[in-house]
Amino acid sequence: MIHFDNVTKRYPGGHEGLSNVSFHIEPGEMVFLTGHSGAGKSTLLKLIGLLERSTRGQVRVAGRNLTRLSRGQIPYHRREVGMIFQDHRLLYDRTVFDNVAMPLVVAGLGHLEIGRRVRAALDKVGLLSKEKELPITLSGGEQQRVGIARAVVSKPPVVLADEPTGNLDPTLSREIMSLFEQFNDVGVTLLIATHDLNLISRMNRRILVLDKSRLAKDSAAEVPC
Amino acid sequence: MIGKSRKTRKKSAANISPRSTLRVDVWLMRHLQVALASLGRLVRTPLSTLMTILVIGIALALPSGLYLLLNNAKTLSGNWDGAASISLFMTQETSEQRAEQIAEQLRNDPAILKVQLISRTAALEEFRQLSGFADVLDSIKDNPLPSLLIVEPRPEHAEPIPAEALLARLRKIQEVEFAQLDLEWVRRFHAITEIAQRGVMILASLLGLSVLLIVGNTIRLEIQNRHAEIEITKLIGGTNAFIRRPFLYNGAWYGLFGGISAWLMVAVSLLLLDNPVAQLAGLYQSGFELRGIDFSTLITLLGGSTVLGLTGSWIAVGRHLHQIEPS
Ligand SMILES: Nc1ncnc2c1ncn2[C@@H]1O[C@H](COP(=O)(O)OP(=O)(O)OP(=O)(O)O)[C@@H](O)[C@H]1O
Ligand SMILES: [Mg+2]
Repeated sequence: MIHFDNVTKRYPGGHEGLSNVSFHIEPGEMVFLTGHSGAGKSTLLKLIGLLERSTRGQVRVAGRNLTRLSRGQIPYHRREVGMIFQDHRLLYDRTVFDNVAMPLVVAGLGHLEIGRRVRAALDKVGLLSKEKELPITLSGGEQQRVGIARAVVSKPPVVLADEPTGNLDPTLSREIMSLFEQFNDVGVTLLIATHDLNLISRMNRRILVLDKSRLAKDSAAEVPC
Repeated sequence: MIGKSRKTRKKSAANISPRSTLRVDVWLMRHLQVALASLGRLVRTPLSTLMTILVIGIALALPSGLYLLLNNAKTLSGNWDGAASISLFMTQETSEQRAEQIAEQLRNDPAILKVQLISRTAALEEFRQLSGFADVLDSIKDNPLPSLLIVEPRPEHAEPIPAEALLARLRKIQEVEFAQLDLEWVRRFHAITEIAQRGVMILASLLGLSVLLIVGNTIRLEIQNRHAEIEITKLIGGTNAFIRRPFLYNGAWYGLFGGISAWLMVAVSLLLLDNPVAQLAGLYQSGFELRGIDFSTLITLLGGSTVLGLTGSWIAVGRHLHQIEPS
């Protein structure tokens, strides 16, 4: 589903956020990405969502070669990659419902279909009763769940999460993780970047470790392809 | 940041099918929604919207109003073109019969509408009556006055250039001692309207440009205000067209309402001018009436202003939208 072949990302100024990284994630896998601060976790996720372009090497997602994707095709790629951020990136002047509906509106779905799917996603994250609220009135954990509902509402095959539990207490973090496991159960490929080694050690999933922009360890111990 | 080198990459490399199969009615519906939503957004900030619209209105009212006045002046000059007559003074030797013959010939000339003959005798008689020199004239044996033909060209020959050509032709008639075209003021008037017309054109271009800038700047601020929204929309896969659309509608609305306010401003100004103009026309025993904006001019004004607004926002959106990329 996600292929990295000798991928290097050099930022303007010459600093390498990612150096010669190769790995392969199968469809339906749930993988954690960890490493010290500045190791390149966010950089790796940004390359998958095409928020950044690789300097060298090839990134492929769902069979698409991202290196060759034209600017006009980026939006269509992003519709198939749900992204979740530590800072939620919600629109604070819109209701929870409208926030979650955005990917569907952008994709041009009909009114009724949007209502149905948004409510299903909100129900999934346990926020159906808050659909008319503004995000600012919600707690941090609730806002994060709005972000998650937005990322999955259009049923993308790939979901990326960058420190989704960064600001949450352990109980909330576990709740979020169990949500991710539920998505994974229905076949969504997940890649989750986190510092929280405590949390992921208990989850018994594949872990990619970045160290100083290089891939230091892959718990699947497979030969990177 | 995303580099420019990508432009050279082949599109065929990707295998996503852009644009799901949207039906036309759905597409229209969506546009209508966006148009109304952007209208709603304008209505929610009435004061700043009104100010922008009024500024555009004033910028457009000025050239429209001048254009209208100019058109009115032209119809006025059209009424006067009849006065562009040519006076042909015959030589002393020309007999009245000969003058009558020439008059008859000229009446058959396609360029000429009317020829009036004032014979030497008639001229003398008129002069005697009007001048009060009857006694003096009686003492002169020979009639000193020549016969006079007053030639009135057809309207299409009354414009300065063809009238001049006609004058040259009439001068060649042997019996004509002296020919005079009383056209100086017509020519001046034409020259003035020509200059005025050009002035209005220049003014209209400059003010049209200012409308572009006003709308462009307003939309630029709007884009800045909605920075977060644009960024997130890009993040979740909004195409540039999708993001651009509400701003383009915004610009078009500004243009349209600006045009309407310009129209109202001109209409009110005309209403204020109507009475004094009627009085002035009355003084000149003229039935002249100020003509307002007719339907086709109105459509041109509103269409033009909408296009200006749309173009202004298009420029702003083109310049500023791609600078906002999610990170
Ligand atoms: N836009 C950028 N321009 C220049 N350098 C950048 C940029 N983004 C990241 N970097 C650098 O690239 C390296 C990797 O950054 P990245 O954000 O991927 O780390 P991270 O593993 O996500 O760290 P953290 O855990 O703190 O979020 C860092 O050294 C960072 O300074
Ligand atoms: Mg990071």
